[in-house]
Amino acid sequence: MSFPHRHLLGIEQLSPDAIVTLLDLAERYVDLNRSQNKHSSVLEGLTQINMFFENSTRTQASFEIAGKRLGADVMNMEVRASSISKGETLIDTAMTLNAMQPDLLVVRHPHSGAVDLLAQKVHCAVLNAGDGRHEHPTQALLDTLTIRRSKGRLHRLRIAICGDIAHSRVARSNIMLLGKMENRIRLIGPPTLMPSGIADFGVEVFEDMREGLRDVDVVMMLRLQKERMDGGFIPSEREYFHRFGLDAEKLSHAAPDAIVMHPGPMNRGVEIDGTLADDINRSVIREQVEMGVAVRMAAMELLARNLQASRGAA
Amino acid sequence: MTLDLLFQNAQLINPETGTVGQGALGVKDGQIAEVWQGAAPGETKAAQVVDCAEKHLGPGLVDIGVKVCEPGERHKESFRSAGRAAAAGGVTSIVTRPDTLPAIDSPETLEFVLRRAREATDVRVYPMAALTKGREGREMTEIGFLLDAGAVAFSDGDRVVTNTKVFSRALTYANSLGALVLGHVQEPVLSDGAAVTSGKFASLRGLPGVSPMAERMGLERDLALIEMTGARYHVDQITTAQALGALARAKGALDMTVGTSIHHLTLNALDVADYRTFFKLKPPLRDEEDRLACVEAVGSGAIDIISSMHTPQDEESKRLPFEAAASGAVGVETMLSAALRLYHAGYLELAVLWRAMSLAPAKRLGLPQGRLQAGAPADLVLCDVNAPYTLDRFALQSKSQNTPFDGALMQGKVLATYVAGEKIYERN
Repeated sequence: MSFPHRHLLGIEQLSPDAIVTLLDLAERYVDLNRSQNKHSSVLEGLTQINMFFENSTRTQASFEIAGKRLGADVMNMEVRASSISKGETLIDTAMTLNAMQPDLLVVRHPHSGAVDLLAQKVHCAVLNAGDGRHEHPTQALLDTLTIRRSKGRLHRLRIAICGDIAHSRVARSNIMLLGKMENRIRLIGPPTLMPSGIADFGVEVFEDMREGLRDVDVVMMLRLQKERMDGGFIPSEREYFHRFGLDAEKLSHAAPDAIVMHPGPMNRGVEIDGTLADDINRSVIREQVEMGVAVRMAAMELLARNLQASRGAA
Repeated sequence: MTLDLLFQNAQLINPETGTVGQGALGVKDGQIAEVWQGAAPGETKAAQVVDCAEKHLGPGLVDIGVKVCEPGERHKESFRSAGRAAAAGGVTSIVTRPDTLPAIDSPETLEFVLRRAREATDVRVYPMAALTKGREGREMTEIGFLLDAGAVAFSDGDRVVTNTKVFSRALTYANSLGALVLGHVQEPVLSDGAAVTSGKFASLRGLPGVSPMAERMGLERDLALIEMTGARYHVDQITTAQALGALARAKGALDMTVGTSIHHLTLNALDVADYRTFFKLKPPLRDEEDRLACVEAVGSGAIDIISSMHTPQDEESKRLPFEAAASGAVGVETMLSAALRLYHAGYLELAVLWRAMSLAPAKRLGLPQGRLQAGAPADLVLCDVNAPYTLDRFALQSKSQNTPFDGALMQGKVLATYVAGEKIYERN
């Protein structure tokens, strides 16, 4: 086993070896999750705290189910509503939680780098559930697992990531992960939604969907945040859908067996056509959600093992 | 005549002549009485003789843009602590910023500041005053009264006066009184919310970035306004190659000088690394090419003045996620050591560094210091430019320790600092 990490803060720190280790373990949890008895005792006796400084239903639920299936005591903290409004700093919150002796801390925060900062101050294992525009490692890992199961491999694929790249932590983590696995990555979107310095990322950039999607094996759509739709970054929702929304016609330029992915929640009729999203022959969106639980179980098991090993050594 | 103080066997750094050479220097009544090349004549009498042992002696540094957090945030920096930090850094004159709480925008506040400075420190303190009331960019301050009270220049700190009508009138009025105005050049809307300079690093870290072009836009606007009003103007910090290009076309024709910060000359955007908030500055650190262009501009004289942009911040303002953390770094104590990096790396001569950190700022403010010349104030710094040390931020004299150089290897120590011939600091 090669997963020499205390925290899962980002894809940036992971080697291809560690990524494969995690995905292989996740496969086993896919089987467990599909069986009658979904319970394991890998995290028996451990405490998992989900600390979400930003709204999330799906990711938080996924981490909660993953922890519970592994036998951990799971607690959800709505931090937004409580201490932050009283002026407590992130570090104070972390120190308080640390004193409660959790073993796994799952954190989402609206500021890039906030989860790294918190990880420096606590003694438990920290999982980044999304920090600002920086990283969302479990999302990239679940996307990768979905791709590997669908395509039978994880290298030399043509993968298009489409939409709001600039503000997307999902895009960043995926660019890094899929790049490490030696795939060809294309980014498609309006230039106002491309991050600066993109030319140095080892990717190809397209402003035309049809051109960018030509012969790709995987189409990853990104969510366009509501607040970015009107005038600021794009002229309007309908012009965006016309030029960058994925529909059957645009998808016809991709490889015939190309799969369609979306991290959810979807804006039907903005970045993706509703019918296409539901097409079980092309869309693997629901499978992504399923893989999410398995990947998070695998990540938590690996970190818990390392945590226990380090405690044993101490 | 018996001198009060005689420095023997010194390497004299003379920014006016641009030379460094063996010499001696005599002090009488707080002023430089005589400067000799080689040894002082044998019959020279002095009450006290300092053998410099071939170490470097130059004019004390004049630092434009030091933030002392009085009034309002004395826990971050007081005149006493700022003065100690300056003295330890070889800085003998600090030109203080008005971006305090409240802003220094009335003669009464300015008098308070001067009184505090007199009580608390031996370093010379020259306060700047706000250009607009409350630094809000709406109404000009009482520029005339503030000048009478001792303001040496006018600035709204890092806030841009966005209303060009207000700014042009303030410039015109200030000009009629011969007052110097400092500008912060940054297109405020484009740079709004930015934590770093845009580019690959910003994108990798997921941090909001601003194009370096925002600085040029801010500069171009101010250049037009100076041309229009004829005002005396100083840009606090130029940090990008783009802005330098725009500057080259305008500088000769206008009454303007250009500054930059020591941090922008010695660090670049990548130093932020894993969200290190002590490297969060305003404007943000730039690419390496920009840094090198600015270093070259100091050499050529396109950039006149280096300052520390000393900005104390307490731990609470910095122990936050990068985007939420406060900007600024302390620098008055480390400016000389940091600048010597540029000397040791072969970019800039000692006399050029002293021109930018001592002579040029003094000249711009109409002050007699910054020179090694008979009649000038005996504000001096004696330093060992080669002595290496590792910087420990908790050893700094400032009340705030937010230095980007914590743990860094530095070369060049201040041995002693003199103001008006009186020793105000000695390394023990």
